[in-house]
Order: sequence, then C-alpha cells, then structure tokens
Amino acid sequence: MLLIHCPFCDMDRPEIEFRHAGEAHVARPDPATADDAAWGAYLYLRENRRGVFAERWRHVHGCGRFFNALRHTVSDRLIATYRPGAPRPDGGA
Amino acid sequence: MARFSFASLIGHALAGNRRWPAQWREAAPQAEYDVVIVGGGGHGLATAYYLAREHGVRRVAVLEKGWIGGGNTGRNTTIIRSNYLWPESAALYEHAMQLWQGLSRALNYNVMYSPRGVMVLAHNHHDVLVGQRHVHANRLAGIDNEWLTPGQVGDFCPILNVSRDIRYPILGAALQRRGGTARHDAVAWGFARGASALGVDIVENCEVVGIDRDATGAVCGVQTTRGPIRAPRIGVVAAGHTSVVMAMAGVRMPLESYPLQALVSEPVKPAMPCVVMSNTIHAYMSQSDKGEMVIGAGTDAYNSYSQTGALHISSHTLEAICELFPVVRRLRMLRNWGGIVDVTPDRSPVVGLTPVAGLFVNCGWGTGGFKATPGSGHVFAHTIATGRPHPVNAPFTLDRFRTGNLIDEAAAAAVAH
Repeated sequence: MLLIHCPFCDMDRPEIEFRHAGEAHVARPDPATADDAAWGAYLYLRENRRGVFAERWRHVHGCGRFFNALRHTVSDRLIATYRPGAPRPDGGA
Repeated sequence: MARFSFASLIGHALAGNRRWPAQWREAAPQAEYDVVIVGGGGHGLATAYYLAREHGVRRVAVLEKGWIGGGNTGRNTTIIRSNYLWPESAALYEHAMQLWQGLSRALNYNVMYSPRGVMVLAHNHHDVLVGQRHVHANRLAGIDNEWLTPGQVGDFCPILNVSRDIRYPILGAALQRRGGTARHDAVAWGFARGASALGVDIVENCEVVGIDRDATGAVCGVQTTRGPIRAPRIGVVAAGHTSVVMAMAGVRMPLESYPLQALVSEPVKPAMPCVVMSNTIHAYMSQSDKGEMVIGAGTDAYNSYSQTGALHISSHTLEAICELFPVVRRLRMLRNWGGIVDVTPDRSPVVGLTPVAGLFVNCGWGTGGFKATPGSGHVFAHTIATGRPHPVNAPFTLDRFRTGNLIDEAAAAAVAH
C-alpha cells in the first residue's frame, strides 16, 4: 500500500484514503473544432509510461480534492505530489 | 519431433523418464524472417503456430525477452469460458472454445483442457439481472449458459456456503458447462513445440529494444538485445508491455497496464469440482490437478509495471473467498504473483492492423486473455498472413477508439474476465 502525501491536507496518508484518477495533464481539445482522431485520442489514448509518470489522485476519504503526483511505475515510488495547475516538477527520466 | 503416444509414454517410463528430448529447438536469431512475433506468451506462440500450420508462413521468429512460460501465460488462473455478452465478444471467445476442444489432439500435447463448468455467482439483485441477461444473450447466440438457483449452485459446488445470512449471499449463478480450465504451462509448451516443429524459431532471452521503419514508414525490422533482425511484418503480442513496444514505432495505444494477482494454496485432496467466479467481489477459485486452490484477485487501483500487487487487494479477495468457501479458511497460500495486464477502455482486446504498414498488434486482453489463447493466435495469424482481419476479429480494431464503435464488455462484465 502506498503512502501518499496530500498537498492540501499536507499529510502522508495511506493509499486506501485515495482514489486513482488516471493520467495527469491530458488537455481537453475544443470539441467544436477537434476531429474524431483528436477527440478519440483525448478520450482513450494513454501514455501508460514505464518510468516516471504524472497521474491524478483524489483524496476521497480526506479533503475530497484532486491533485497530481509523479510516480515511478516500476518501483511505485512516489516522487512528488503537487496541486493542479502547478507545473509538473522535475522527476528525472 | 517425437510424437507422444501410449507406446512412447510406456517406453520412456521403462527408461526411467531420463531420455525425454527438449520439446522445441533452441534457436539463435537469424538475420531475416518473413514475420517476427514480439512476445513469446501463449498468444504469440499460438500466432506463430497457426502462421506455419494454416498459412504456410514458416520463416517466423518468436522473440521472448524472458523464457517461454515465464510470464502471464504460466501464472494465470487458467479459466476458459465463452459466455460474454456482446455478439462480437461471444463470437471471439467461442472461436477459441471450439479450438480448445480439439487442441490436445491437434498439438499432440495434452493441454489438460477440463470442461468442468464455470459458475459466475450473483450476490445481489443487480447481479441476478445482469447474469440472466448474459444467459439469454448467450442462448440466442447458440452458446451454452444456464441459470442456477441457490440450491442448484450448492449442489454443483458443495463447498460453497449458500447461507442467506453471509456478507455476500448467493442469489443464483450463471453456469457454462463447457467452461473450465486448461494447464497453462502445457498450452505454452504445446504451442512452442508445435510451432518449432513446423520451422518457427523460438528465441528466448531476446528483448526487442527498437522497431525499424523504412523511407515509406513501413516496418522493416527490429533491434534486439541479440542484434538486429529484418522482417517486413511484425506482430506485437506483448501483453502488459504493449504500450512500451508500440511506442518504439511511434504508435500510442488505448491501454493502461495494471498488476493483477493470482495466488495458489498448498495442495489438498480434490475438493472443488468446478470453477467459481464472482465479479462483484473480485474473486475466483478453482482447484488445479496438483490439488492447489488457484485464486484470482482484482487489479491494483493504479497503473504499474511493478509485477507486485498490493496486499490489501489480495486480502480483500481472500476475505471473500474464506466466507464463500469456509473449508479453505485454514489453507496456507504457497505463492502469489502479480502479472502486468493491459486493459483497454472497453475491456475488449485489440487484434488487427495499426496505422503503420506491416505492423500488427494483438493486445488489450486485460485480466482474461488465457481463455482466448488458441482463438487469438488463430485469427491474428490470419490477419498477419493475409493483411486483412479474420471475420471474427474484424470488430476488434484499434480504430474503434476513433470511430466510437466500442465493444463495451466493461459495462457488460464489470471487472473479472
């Protein structure tokens, strides 16, 4: 079980307090102008990276808020958590 | 290849079983093939076997970064069934079921296909409605599936607790009698042996690290840890690592990879006559021929390549297993394992062409690919050999995530496949 630092509560809490919410920084294209390929890519194509990966979590059994995290997907080590809107920290390759 | 027969078994037994030959050739990679298959799991080996047997394509290499049978193929819960909801899925898995029924004879290798029946339990009113809908849809499609009352469930699997006052009471179950299990190692070894005998090179300890493309953009070969290999057609069958391999060709995939856990108990005398699954509580169990209780849990909550499932996920499953099967409460678990499975948004596989000429992909089997092994290889071999999908896998395109023509088993079958 992961120990995750909620950047809003400013506490390390066990994974079961959180819900994973998929890849972070997926920009929503303008549906009025996006073609099917761009819209399909937004909905379905994922980086699924083997290495340092930016993802969203929600502290459902805490403050209830979404935030972002950098995690290495082989070691599962959490490198950083940060608030939405903040730039992605440098997490190495 | 020495064929197995009653006489050969007797002969080897009298010789103390010390003279069995290797079951497939140890091959070093050649400089060029007609087809390279990336990934030596069951699906990749089956693809190579059917390419050679049905399509006469024999200059084929299967590149495996580890060893044959060392990945998900040799570590899964070995469940076989075809009672999927949507017509496209039911046709695909039924195609595999038909091949399972004659596979041991076709391969001259005992894959221990055992149609002992697969029961999918219903624990609440919603499960009952969904289960009965599956039964009706399957029967309309000519696929056997029947509804059992709680009493019939208890008769079919006497070690199940069918009391009404437990946390997950059993309100009924869907039963596919032709469903069951097969020996996963034997499936990998049987296809490897069969393919090798037809001329396919099975290259172990050979990891693909790059995909080469020519001036037109078409694939022309792969870079591996054992040197470059030229090939005009490449089939990627890399399960949980498909996104990584496809990224080498610049193709983004609608996949997320998750650890999925399986556990086996210490072996005990035969106690369980069938396979029992529960989608609602992410638990399934059967008993292997060695006597181990084989238990499958759910996936982890987040995507990962760690090959280590979280303990609280398997604990959740074991709590439910212990309540449903009180007789197993004191069994000790011998091993657990987390395999990396590639999950698509609609929980249906992708088998077919890619935007890159000469590059084919067979992936997205998620948590339930074992049951499809022969059917998947059969239709993928057809796709690679002819350049066009077989009618059975035609709906399972990569392009459906652009057109929106999804095959939504995610909504139909919930979690466990």
